[in-house]
Amino acid sequence: MQITYRDKKYELKANITARDAIKKIGLDPESVLVVVNGKLVTDDVVLREGGEVKLVAVVSGGM
Amino acid sequence: MRCRKCGTNAVINMRHHKLSLCAEHYEEWVLAQTDRAIEKYKMFTRDERVLVAVSGGKDSLSLWDVLLRLGYQADGLYIGLGINEPLPYSDVSLEKTRAFLSSVIVRSEATKQSPSSDLEIASQKTLAMTHTPTLHVYDIPQTYGKTIPEIARAKMRGQGRPCAACGLTKRYVMNRLALEKGYAVLATGHNLDDEIAVLFQNTLRWQTGYLARQAPVLPASREGLVKKVKPFCRFYERESATYALVRGIEYIYDECPHAVGNLTNFYKTLLNRLETESPGAKLSYYLEFLRARGEGAFEQFNKVEELHACELCGQPTSAPGRCAFCRMWDISAIVQPLHRPLGQV
Repeated sequence: MQITYRDKKYELKANITARDAIKKIGLDPESVLVVVNGKLVTDDVVLREGGEVKLVAVVSGGM
Repeated sequence: MRCRKCGTNAVINMRHHKLSLCAEHYEEWVLAQTDRAIEKYKMFTRDERVLVAVSGGKDSLSLWDVLLRLGYQADGLYIGLGINEPLPYSDVSLEKTRAFLSSVIVRSEATKQSPSSDLEIASQKTLAMTHTPTLHVYDIPQTYGKTIPEIARAKMRGQGRPCAACGLTKRYVMNRLALEKGYAVLATGHNLDDEIAVLFQNTLRWQTGYLARQAPVLPASREGLVKKVKPFCRFYERESATYALVRGIEYIYDECPHAVGNLTNFYKTLLNRLETESPGAKLSYYLEFLRARGEGAFEQFNKVEELHACELCGQPTSAPGRCAFCRMWDISAIVQPLHRPLGQV
């Protein structure tokens, strides 16, 4: 399963929650939002193989 | 996780509020909470003109969107800083701001004609904007002949980073333009994470003077200063980001290239770790600080500075003669009588 964060791709095993995936990548769940197949989801969602998973950094840009 | 109100899929789980909401009810919640903060802290009324400092980022564009949907007379001010290396940061952020304004106007027209959801039907008066927003664009390189990084290097201000020059310039332009164009108040998109990062830094260094002055509202304490407000000060940064995504607001994702690795982001990281372990810690830190401040905990440190009018531009300053802005930009080299509108040479 591939997860994208700030244009970097991370390979993880599927069937874990987004929250666990975020922590495995070394990020804080408070600092990212989870978008699966283009839809915003909460971090308790279980990530399956084949889906497009993107983590959106919460701290970004200007004000 | 399910929406607490309707049971459909939630887009956000706010542990500190023990509340999960779907997209529709989250928008409704953000609008209501913003209006509540505006009222609680007496920020402004619907009869007053509000100038929103917009940068193309998620917070400022979301704030402007919310204020317009709530029926406030909110216009935008974008300040072009000329930060286009190594990435076209300023160019992209202006593009995003202009695109946002176009989409807001188009969406408002569409809503007036055919509301598309129960939420919009129920509150069409609120969601259909009553005010046609204006975007003021003020370009620093065009006006003063140098970009922010260039002036910072020329003046050796900020030890290699242009942040000090940037902050001084933005504060000056926002204040002066708000006053000259007759706005009652200047609103910025500062969120709770921004506020507690500053609070944390001021606490670490026991900057009691700054602690005494940090608040959701900075009143127009004297002539020449506009009232400044932060309607998003109780929203977590991820709540502001969620609103932007749910609304489809296209904002600039890249950080300012000069902000990378800065202390503020480091403090935010630390505080987010705290929040992960103890949900609600960030909100409690901020609200308890405001309560203590309201009870006078820092009153003794609130020194009223002696201010006088800058001999060139008339803006309030504590420095003798010219203000820091006029000195940094060598305004004496340009003939600029007092009270000439900003930018006219």
